[in-house]
Amino acid sequence: MCGIAGLFSKSLDVSEGLGSHLGDMLLQLSDRGPDSAGVAVYRDPAPSGSSKLSLFSSDPGQDWDAVRSALDDAFGAGEPEPRGSHAVIVVETECADAQAWLHERYPELRVMSAGQAIEIFKEAGPPQEFIESFGLADMSGSHALGHTRMATESRVTTEHSHPFSTGLDLCLVHNGSLSNHNRLRRRLRDEGIEFQTDNDSEVAAGYLTWRLREGASLEQALEGCLEDLDGFYTFAVGTIDGFAVLRDPIACKPAVMAETDDWVAMASEYRAIAALPGAEGARTWEPEPGRVYSWERAAV
Amino acid sequence: MAVGSGLEAAEFDLAVTPLRDLNAALHGIEKDLASAHGLAAGVPRHWRVLNPRGAHALAVGIDAPIEVEIEGHAGYYCAGMNKEATVRVHGNVGVGCAENIMSGKVIVDGNASQSAGATGRGGLLVIRGSASARCGISMKGVDIVVQGSVGHMSGFLAQKGTLAICGDAGEALGDSIYEAHVYVRGKVADLGADCIEKELRDEHVQELSALLERAEVDAAVEDFRRYGSARKLYNFDVDNAGAY
Repeated sequence: MCGIAGLFSKSLDVSEGLGSHLGDMLLQLSDRGPDSAGVAVYRDPAPSGSSKLSLFSSDPGQDWDAVRSALDDAFGAGEPEPRGSHAVIVVETECADAQAWLHERYPELRVMSAGQAIEIFKEAGPPQEFIESFGLADMSGSHALGHTRMATESRVTTEHSHPFSTGLDLCLVHNGSLSNHNRLRRRLRDEGIEFQTDNDSEVAAGYLTWRLREGASLEQALEGCLEDLDGFYTFAVGTIDGFAVLRDPIACKPAVMAETDDWVAMASEYRAIAALPGAEGARTWEPEPGRVYSWERAAV
Repeated sequence: MAVGSGLEAAEFDLAVTPLRDLNAALHGIEKDLASAHGLAAGVPRHWRVLNPRGAHALAVGIDAPIEVEIEGHAGYYCAGMNKEATVRVHGNVGVGCAENIMSGKVIVDGNASQSAGATGRGGLLVIRGSASARCGISMKGVDIVVQGSVGHMSGFLAQKGTLAICGDAGEALGDSIYEAHVYVRGKVADLGADCIEKELRDEHVQELSALLERAEVDAAVEDFRRYGSARKLYNFDVDNAGAY
């Protein structure tokens, strides 16, 4: 069992309180996932030609200014924004260059996300602690996904927590369990996809990364899950413009969605949606199994 | 603690009162079979629950002839194991609404999530909206009326009771069904193993018409089709002896 939540803002008020609203949702999902929590928040896009990285260090005394200074010498970099065990740094180069450089110079750091707008934070421990230590209530943004984890098949660590990055500005949260992940991981490694853990959900993220790299649209990649993934899942996938939801055809794992003039939300349980302003009047429904639902900010 | 509790009505606002207090009060109701309403003196007959906000296990395990109104959306297992009570939900319900209902009535104004009425042994469950997957799974005597449609695997292993669906049914309706009666007015995506369409005889017209009346649903009985067990799966068939 795990809890997942997604919130897509359609109003300034909801955008300003995005982190706080998502925190309220995750608190309601704490019973479903007391082991760890994580969020992906889409906010403050980096300028074109720059990239935004969320970095994790297992060293509580990590000197983020030193990392920033070295990145600044190499490419140019903005002030680091530390949150809990993570820091967000905007680097004046392409994501791939910055990631390769970090891999070489700071192999102990993990890049949790990379892109223009995405920021991923995740940590082992109860959701309430996560919400407080990462200052979720301060975060504004356009949309966000969150996860509370009850581990069933692999260890409880920061790296095993969700969301998992699935490429630039993309991430995945998962409620369920996959049964063919070992075989699929081997196949995806042959295709050059890298994995940081033995976690099943990371394989689903890797699968989406691979399909998208091969030219599939997000919808096609998700529909591919129906064929290639064996097991139970409700997925929420974050993109730079919005998010998508998919449940496996048997639909053992719950999901509920709701929409008002101010927001679109999905969650494992309605009580998480009830925490949002105006939930009483929201149009509420259960997403059908095996069908991709997606929301995107209209292109300006 | 009941707010505004009196002889005729009790009100619980879950924004201020813990859910356990509500359920404990419901479980503590004293009955008096000699009284007009079957309740001990001073026990309110009407109970109102405010601000349910999707809470799980709301009004479960009631065993008394009371009426409960839930003013909003409920979470999982709402009115599970209900006996004698009438529970009305003015909203949607989560997974397992009225599961293992024994008697009484559960009426949902909105939609129900999965496994509504699962394993129910008696009583009536009415869903004014639609129900998702596995509605009436392993039902054992409950009557269920869904005014909208139901999701896949509804009536799976249904043993006894009646499932009437005014809208459409999803895939694998009545899979491995035993002796429950299933009626569908709309389209059936497909039938599960050992479930077949059967003739709608007079006795079925009467059964369905009485059920729709109890559920206060206005629908023409002749528009429904009846489905049930082909009885090929759960009886030992000597022709299959080689397979054992």
